Parts: sequence; C-alpha cells; structure tokens
Amino acid sequence: MTPEPLPDTLPDIGGPAQPLVTCRDLRKHFPVKGGILGRQVATVHAVDGVSFEVRKGETLGIVGESGCGKSTTARLLIGLIPPDQGEIIFDGRQLGEELSLRELRRGIQMVFQDSYASLNPRLTVEDSIAFGPRINGLDRPVERARDMMARVGLEPARFAGRYPHEMSGGQRQRVNIARALAMSPRLVVLDEAVSALDKSVEAQVLNLLNELRRDLGLTYVFISHDLNVVRYISDRVLVMYLGEVVEIGPVDEVYAAQAHPYTASLFAAMPSMDPDRRTLVPPLSGDPPNPIDPPAGCRFHTRCRYGEPICATTKPVLRSFGESRAHCAACHIHDPASGHSLSGKDFMPQGLPR
Amino acid sequence: MTALLELDRLNVTFHGEQTIHAINDLSLRLEQGEMLVLLGESGSGKSVTLKTLLRLLPPARSRVQGGITVNGADILALSGRKLQEYRGGEVSMVFQEPALALDPVYRIGDQIAEAVRRKKGVSRAEARATALDMLRRVRIPSPERRMSNFPHELSGGMRQRAMIALALACRPRLLLADEPTTALDATVQIQILLLLRELQKEFGMGVIFVTHDIGVAVEISDRIAVMYAGQIIEEGSTHEIIRDPRHPYTQGLLAANLHDAAPGERLEAIPGVPPALDAKPVACSFSPRCPHAQPGCRADLPPVVSLGPRRHVSCLLAQQDIAAQ
Ligand SMILES: Nc1ncnc2c1ncn2[C@@H]1O[C@H](COP(=O)(O)OP(=O)(O)OP(=O)(O)O)[C@@H](O)[C@H]1O
Ligand SMILES: Nc1ncnc2c1ncn2[C@@H]1O[C@H](COP(=O)(O)OP(=O)(O)OP(=O)(O)O)[C@@H](O)[C@H]1O
Ligand SMILES: [Mg+2]
Ligand SMILES: [Mg+2]
Repeated sequence: MTPEPLPDTLPDIGGPAQPLVTCRDLRKHFPVKGGILGRQVATVHAVDGVSFEVRKGETLGIVGESGCGKSTTARLLIGLIPPDQGEIIFDGRQLGEELSLRELRRGIQMVFQDSYASLNPRLTVEDSIAFGPRINGLDRPVERARDMMARVGLEPARFAGRYPHEMSGGQRQRVNIARALAMSPRLVVLDEAVSALDKSVEAQVLNLLNELRRDLGLTYVFISHDLNVVRYISDRVLVMYLGEVVEIGPVDEVYAAQAHPYTASLFAAMPSMDPDRRTLVPPLSGDPPNPIDPPAGCRFHTRCRYGEPICATTKPVLRSFGESRAHCAACHIHDPASGHSLSGKDFMPQGLPR
Repeated sequence: MTALLELDRLNVTFHGEQTIHAINDLSLRLEQGEMLVLLGESGSGKSVTLKTLLRLLPPARSRVQGGITVNGADILALSGRKLQEYRGGEVSMVFQEPALALDPVYRIGDQIAEAVRRKKGVSRAEARATALDMLRRVRIPSPERRMSNFPHELSGGMRQRAMIALALACRPRLLLADEPTTALDATVQIQILLLLRELQKEFGMGVIFVTHDIGVAVEISDRIAVMYAGQIIEEGSTHEIIRDPRHPYTQGLLAANLHDAAPGERLEAIPGVPPALDAKPVACSFSPRCPHAQPGCRADLPPVVSLGPRRHVSCLLAQQDIAAQ
C-alpha cells in the first residue's frame, strides 16, 4: 500500500532523495540574568553547532543526557525560537529566504511530553483540534477535527465534546497527536511524547504512531530518554552531549556497537531486565559539566575513560569511520590522524569500566 | 522476628464530589531490611499506599480502615508528638520531585542539620557533622561546599541525592521511595538506583520503592508486588515475578515491554482502560480487560492463591491450574 498524505499537505518538491529537513550549524545560546539589575551574567550554550538531516519518510530518534539541548534543537527546528546562527532548509527551501516561517510551521508540527499542559482546559477536544486549521484558513475545520479523532482511535461521537480533564493521559496524548495531524504536516516532532505514559498505554500510542506513519507517509523526529522506545520506533538515531552531536547512525548499527564513549556509557546505563545480570557499577559517574562553561576540546573528555591530552585541547569533528558511510561519531579514536593512541585500530569504546 | 511492616486488609476511600475506592483490602508484609517494589500502572494506588503509611492523607476527605503496624506499633493510633516523631524518624520518604521535600529558601546543609536536630535532639554542631556525613554517603562531590548551596544550584541528579540524604539523615528503619528516578536520564538513574541499593545494605533498612518501570524494578528489588485497582494482585520474589508471572495483568505488563520488540512490529498492549474505582470491587477488577476471563471472574472476587512461601496471586485461573495438577 502506498501512503496517502492528508489533504492540503505541502507538495513534495525535491523528490525522495532530497532531505525533508537539513539543519546546518545551528546555534542557540541563552542569556543567564542575575543580580538586582537583571544584567546578563553568563550564557548557556544550549545548542552549539548542530548539523543533521531528516530524510523523507524516516524516523530520526534523538537521545542524550538531560539538559543536553534536545528540546532546544526541536524548538529551533519548528521555528518556535530563532537560531543565533545556522540554517534550516525544508525540502530544498531555506527558511527566511525561499521559505516563510508560516510555511515552515504548516509543514512541521510538534507534540510535547505533558499531555495536560499542552491542551487548553476550556476547549473541548473537537475545538482544540479544529483550532489550528481554523486560524490557518484550512477547509472545513470541524470535519477535519473529527476525521483526525477517528484516525487516532478516539470515537468522535464519544469524545468530541469532552474536556481535557475528562480523559486519561493516553487519551489526551492522542488528542495532541490529532491536533498536530490536523495541520497536515509532513514532519511531526515528538518531544518525550510517550514518556509520561504507562507501559501499556505507551504501547498503544507507539502502535498508533507507526500506523499513521505508514498510512500518511509522515516523517518523525522522536526525542526520548528511553533507549528501548527509540530503538523500536527509529530508523536512525542522533546522540547529543552538552549542546553538540556526538554520534549519528542507523539504529541497528548504533545499538550493536556504539562509536562514541558517551553513547557507550549511555547504553550501558539501560536497566538490565535480567535479575541475574544486574548493573553493578554505574557506567558514568558524576554530573555533566555546566553548559554555562563547557569544557574545551571534546566536551566529554572530563568524564571519558579514554581521554588523552589531545581530547582536552582539540575538538573532534563528526566524521564517518570504518566501512560504514552512514555511521558518524565525533571522537579522536575514529580519526586516524588525531594522534590518539587508540586511533586507526578499529577500536570501539566500552560503556562499563573494565 | 516481628515484621518491619504489616498492612492488614487496608482500605482507603476518598470522599469528595464522588467517592473513590483507592485501596481495597490490601494486605502486605515487609521483613526487616527488605527491598520491595510496588509495580503498577497510573492510578493503581501506589502513591496512596505510601501516603497512608506516613499518615499524610487529608483527614477530612479520606477514610482509612484496616491495620498498619510498623515494628509492632499500631500506626493508625498515633497522634500529636508521637506521629511527628514517626514521620521522618522511623519512616521516611523520597519523592519523584525533590521540590516536594527540599525547601527552596534554605541551604541544603541547614535543612538536613535542622531535621537531625529536631528528631534526635543533638547539638547544632553534631547535627551539621551528620549532615555533612550524609552528603558524603550519597556521594555528592565536594560535600563541604555543597552544604551551603540552595536546591536550585544543584543539577537534577544532585538534588535527588540531597533529598535522599535528608530522608536518611535520621536513620529510618523504613524508607518509602515514590518514583525517585522517573525524571532522570538513564546514566543518572542507574547511579541513584545503585546508591539506594548500597545504602539499604549499609543501613539495614527496609525499602518500598514505587515505579511503573519494570527495568527499574529488576535493578533494585528483592521482591515485587504488582498493584491493580488498589489491590495487590500478585506478589513474589523478583525472579518469580519476572520469570514466571501468573496473573494475566502481570503477564500483559511484561509483554507490553519494549525490551525485545523488533523495530516496527505491533506491540502487545493490554486493551482497555483501568476501572473507575467509584465502587468497591465485587469481582475481579481486571476481568473486563483480561484475555482469559470466565463467567466466574465477573461473578466473585478472585481467590488469593498461594503458590509457595510468600508467593501469592489473586486469580481464578491460578486456582484452576492448581486443581488440575
Ligand atoms: N529559555 C531558556 N532560558 C535559559 N536557559 C534555557 C532555556 N531553555 C533551555 N535552557 C537551558 O538550555 C539547556 C538545554 O535545555 P533543553 O531543554 O534543550 O535540554 P533537553 O536535552 O531537552 O533536556 P531534558 O532531557 O531535561 O528535557 C539546559 O541547560 C537548559 O537549562
Ligand atoms: N487526595 C485525593 N482525593 C481523591 N482521589 C485521590 C486522591 N489521591 C489519589 N486519589 C485517587 O486514588 C487513586 C490512586 O491514586 P495514586 O496516586 O495512588 O495512583 P498511583 O498508582 O500512584 O499512580 P501514578 O503512577 O500515576 O502516580 C487514583 O484514582 C487517584 O485519582
Ligand atoms: Mg527536553
Ligand atoms: Mg503516584
């Protein structure tokens, strides 16, 4: 079955080989204000030179430690906040040049973690879903809302007139998904969209997301701290650490062998599920460095068990390594010319201390 | 030996616009120094169980029936100073959100020292020494310096550690932990779980740890009690529950786990939603969602079937299985 996009979806311009979104060197720093005068006393380096592509029809998972800049990246991507620097190109058209912010927001929708806070408590489910289409002048907003409700498994006759507090968390999250779909987006960014749900409700919502992607030909960016969920839903995974991309690659390759020492530690920290093989030593100790004053060189070097002098002075670039063109990491171990003692040996880092 | 904790046919109802039967005939026994996980989906009554134990429910709007004994003492009979001493003394709690336990306007060290001084009646200097020792034990880096930090100056993981230090400062016999790692990412979560495991051994305390994450339960527990609609529907050692779940709900919960699902394949979700709790159950609460339900499941409360020492399941099927053998 070929996917059938929702009515009013923006047309595919560049064809299948053209990435749906290309981000180049995105940067966002937040001022930290202090003192009675509220003057800027410091800068949070939330997103610092992030580049990646989202291919048409794929799901790109984004993982990383709390505070590493995942949500900020998502907010830049959907045009909710302007970048300090960098470019966003949507289906071949650059934002601010050939593409208006208004068009970008039609093409990309977002679903947030907190199903309750993201809905207006005084609007019924139907009105919430019809709101976006109505103010954007799309045809027949109410019919559209009812169609979306049916698609996400909320029977319109039962749920259209309900208020958010009259629904369970899983049902509310379906409303949020329906509301995003009602704008006929090509890309949906899901920021911790299933994190607050029970495992069994989470399974229902993940099944729904897979069906919608197949039927409508959608593209997803899926942010989560649950590595099992990311493996299940994503085609490729991007790993962030302290405002930077440290690794990106196909899910099966990254899950089979992590190329960046941070990724290896993150994966080793997954709960084991086997009572006979519990974790005995934490893969990473201490807290991440302060994003106000990130370390020089490789930002992970202060916690890395493979750190060498080069790591403290020179920032590694994101590059593909070994056979695979698709799997990239920013680590001196994978740069034969870096001078790191493990470089050029096809070495893959381990997550747990040896 | 007396059990550390015994809950005997506990019932909790809330009375507001509508009555909610949050806990229904819940019985549970925890031995000294044991680590029990309460596992269950949202609304199953995990937090209410812990709050009842600490006598934290609003007295005007809630009603508690049944027995609660801690180290042989009747907790429902406590009042006034005795109750104050019990809370935060013999039994202590850590929450999902450190904001509930840590006061934003006081320094970390002062908060812990003050709690110790009030509960133990020691001098100011001794209390500060205990606070510093606790920060060291929860492995907060440079604890001397952190003593004078305010909560907002700490990262999420460190705030969680500080809250654990506060909860343990008075050497409780029983620690109640309500999803203390749900808001943390994997690398910090495992640090906190390992820390709790170590401190439990070191202090020899009993712990009830609430979570809906099976992976977390496996990492930390000796025993698991599975809750559904305000009841414990299955109980056993961690091995028994994970390797050989008997209740269809527990089986569904484990099957809905993503751990070994192939990418993109359809996940086994338990269909339906949990019951409304507007009446005390008179039949198996899970039967409307159960793939194996029989007429008998909808007619009567399920039998509590004993499968071994301290291994129980509330299910008609389990009884029939035993009869068939
Ligand atoms: N509006 C803002 N003003 C100041 N700092 C901000 C703002 N938004 C985010 N930050 C900071 O930027 C950094 C990145 O935050 P972000 O929310 O993107 O992280 P995240 O990876 O989504 O984390 P989490 O996993 O906890 O959701 C953090 O240090 C955060 O405190
Ligand atoms: N103060 C209260 N007044 C009325 N009802 C309450 C009150 N506290 C809890 N309840 C109800 O009691 C039931 C059990 O709630 P509880 O908070 O124990 O669930 P839980 O298992 O901790 O769920 P979660 O995983 O979402 O935290 C729910 O139906 C809840 O709505
Ligand atoms: Mg975020
Ligand atoms: Mg709770």
